[in-house]
Amino acid sequence: MSPDATGLDFWIDLVSAAFMVVGAILSLGAAIGLLRFPDLLSRMHAATKPQVLGLFLLLAAIGLQMRSWWVWPVLVVAWIFQLLTVPVSAHMVGRAGYRTKHLHRELLTADELEAVVQKAAAKTAREDGSGDGQVR
Amino acid sequence: MMQTVLVLTAVIFSLAAGGAIIRIARGPSLLDRVLAADVLLAILGGALCVDMAVNRHLNNLMLVVAISIIGFIGSVTVARFVADRREQPNES
Repeated sequence: MSPDATGLDFWIDLVSAAFMVVGAILSLGAAIGLLRFPDLLSRMHAATKPQVLGLFLLLAAIGLQMRSWWVWPVLVVAWIFQLLTVPVSAHMVGRAGYRTKHLHRELLTADELEAVVQKAAAKTAREDGSGDGQVR
Repeated sequence: MMQTVLVLTAVIFSLAAGGAIIRIARGPSLLDRVLAADVLLAILGGALCVDMAVNRHLNNLMLVVAISIIGFIGSVTVARFVADRREQPNES
């Protein structure tokens, strides 16, 4: 950094402090959502906030505070891997929650999975002959 | 300013972790508990990030990267083997 950049230093500190506080508040929002939302699917909606945007804000705060460029690739790697792995677990948990009926059907506006499940059930029933038609 | 931010984020993260732990203890189903454990892991990673940013060191950066790479395996495993043992649906 140039030596006469104390004003810039102050602003970088301010931005990273704001990032940290907002990232922490996203975690608190996820906790409040976990406590207050009625079923599993809406709790999953709340749970993704600190996992993606909160982690992004906090990693950006690290990058701003370190004042060096070489940390940014590591931070980008961390965030990209988070983006790649969080949908996997959310997909598995969501499918398991749908399968074990941990949802309030009256709260859904659209259920695109039900048609797929019924089609697969009809197909297995046709192939089995006397199959019970349950798709698990 | 950084010390104020540290105290403020510590309080917020503590409240968030408390909420996630309450949901782990109280969650009506196994999947709720797994989800709350995921959130608790995200809160832990966020607290590590704040510690690194405020104190300007990178000691925990590899831990954060490792959490983001392999943190999903636990919930995937539990969701794969969860079974329906409840009598009536929609009780959660």
